[in-house]
Amino acid sequence: MTQAKQPIIQIRNVSKRFGKVTAVDNISLDILAGEFFVLLGPSGCGKTTLLRMIAGFEMPTEGQIFIDGQDMSLVPPNKRPVNMVFQSYAVFPHMNVTDNVGYGLRIAGVSKGEIRDRVAEALELVKLGGFEDRMPDQMSGGQRQRVALARSLVMRPKVLLLDEPLSALDAKLRAQMQFELADLQDKVGITFVTVTHDQDEALSMASRVAVINKGEVAQLAPPADLYEYPANRFVADFVGSVNIFEGKLTLDEPDKAAVDCPGLGKIYLNHGVTGPHGADVWVALRPEKIYLHVPGEGKAVRAAAQDAPDGHNLARGTIKGMSYLGDITLYEIQLEGGQMIRVSRPNLSRHDQEDFTWDDKVSMHWRADSPVVLLS
Amino acid sequence: MSGALQDWKSQKKPFAAVVTAPVFWLALFFVAPMAIVWLYSFGQNAGPADIEISGTLDNYKRATEWLYVSIFLKSFAVATLTTLLCLIIGFPVAMAITFAAPKWRPWLLLGIMLPFWTNLLIRTYALMALMGTNGYMNKGLGELWEGASWLRTLVGMQPLDAWTPVQLLYNNFAVVLGLVYVHLPFMVLPLYSALDRLDKSLIEASLDLGAGHFKTFMQIVVPLAAPGIVAGVMITLIPALGAYLTPDLMGGTDSQMIANVIERQFKRANDWPFGAALSFLLIYAMFILIAFQSMRANKVKAA
Repeated sequence: MTQAKQPIIQIRNVSKRFGKVTAVDNISLDILAGEFFVLLGPSGCGKTTLLRMIAGFEMPTEGQIFIDGQDMSLVPPNKRPVNMVFQSYAVFPHMNVTDNVGYGLRIAGVSKGEIRDRVAEALELVKLGGFEDRMPDQMSGGQRQRVALARSLVMRPKVLLLDEPLSALDAKLRAQMQFELADLQDKVGITFVTVTHDQDEALSMASRVAVINKGEVAQLAPPADLYEYPANRFVADFVGSVNIFEGKLTLDEPDKAAVDCPGLGKIYLNHGVTGPHGADVWVALRPEKIYLHVPGEGKAVRAAAQDAPDGHNLARGTIKGMSYLGDITLYEIQLEGGQMIRVSRPNLSRHDQEDFTWDDKVSMHWRADSPVVLLS
Repeated sequence: MSGALQDWKSQKKPFAAVVTAPVFWLALFFVAPMAIVWLYSFGQNAGPADIEISGTLDNYKRATEWLYVSIFLKSFAVATLTTLLCLIIGFPVAMAITFAAPKWRPWLLLGIMLPFWTNLLIRTYALMALMGTNGYMNKGLGELWEGASWLRTLVGMQPLDAWTPVQLLYNNFAVVLGLVYVHLPFMVLPLYSALDRLDKSLIEASLDLGAGHFKTFMQIVVPLAAPGIVAGVMITLIPALGAYLTPDLMGGTDSQMIANVIERQFKRANDWPFGAALSFLLIYAMFILIAFQSMRANKVKAA
């Protein structure tokens, strides 16, 4: 993967309106050959509409979509070099597995021998060997999804589109399929474009994620960047769990910055944020990046927060809520100013969850590279 | 729900309580009269209002005369043609309703069902008024004819002869048209219910896999709508086979169907035994059709 990746799909100023409702609002983005691209967003944000426009089931009201350099404006779905795995899988109920998977090849007039070989190969790929004669109603949801995958992959499309591929599976199977899909994509080398509202799915599978909000791209970045460097409050809040506080930018230099948050206290960052001095900003702080201490450990806390000037990146509060999740414990803490903050703490030993309980006074600190300053 | 119904063997008393009344009703008002008519078919007239059930097969023998066989065959042909036309017209209609915007669907369905709430006799006479020699159909055709004639004069040709109204009524054409008109809703509703249940993403999946609209229709829509098609065909064919009013009012002298012949036996000819025999031959024909259909359904279920 050293060679420069070429865009396989180019979306240029695409808008889609249904009557007065704007589902997709002037989106432009490139999807690169061979990547696992995820469109992430809440329901109704326009991500599925965008996917359906790539497949050809919806026509853009404005703008153009190019696939492999070719303008798709006048190309119907059955002539596009893409295939789709539908949310409902859309496995043909009156055909067995072999006929389902071979459907597209039969339509294309491929010879019987080649159909047999390619269907067998595709079924092997999705681990459905031995299911050739099964009817769809004799299969589980997960197996039907594999049929739908094989049926699309057998066509050797340039791009495989997946509409909420894991939403109908139970939690365990979903986690397994996340790995399998990523593995499969790596194996076949086809560009995958997936739509999901599930951030775990997006973070675990994608090479790049476009977060869509109200028909617009809120941020386009690799998963880790999305989580650690969200571009705005929507992304910070939608991807993962986050505490957001309003504040004023009081210091902004190339190697340091400070924000005064009335709700949380003085925030210090060990990097610049390039925002106008005195501007209204928001500080995002992930729950797992906040350390909890009992108040008596004042010295320890100060020592821990020594990457910031005195009195910065510290807070005090009272535990108002607790939920033990096994691997971590979530705490709802009321700050001295009255605002709530969420802190998660890994249970590194078996009794860690017993360290804090309701109404405990606690101190908190975080590292100077943890807060993210958001300008919008 | 279904569990409770399946357990009727272990819940005999409530089951009996529910089932007794309808069984009694059916026995008294359906099975008994049918049995009497069935017995008549083995009898002969013993007087103006007296039938002697002698066990004779003469009535059935008479029914095999070419005159009656040909009317049976013709009834089948007319009913089959009607069903076929209903299917050809009804399928696009059902598809259109299925794919219409959700807010329009109830209104379109209402449009299909509205004729049900109007008396068949009124509907038939209304249709006849349209199709008469002075009806709107002839008037419309006359306008077209005159338009064509005028166009001919424009290009310097001789005008056409004056329009003579076409005989639309009182022939086989009128009977088939009337039957199609009456039976179309019976075809559209089962087709609609089958198509409505069809997952639309199956159609998209077929298009996505490279099939055009026609191939998608033949390979996906038709096979999956098959139960609706079979139901629609049965529910159209059987009543059309026994159609009485439409051929009686709209048909000519040569377009009577088997039900008209049966009616004549019971009324004008006052030959109840022969009428009964013809009736039962018609019923047997329908039984055979239904048996075929359920055998086919069982085969599909087993496969």
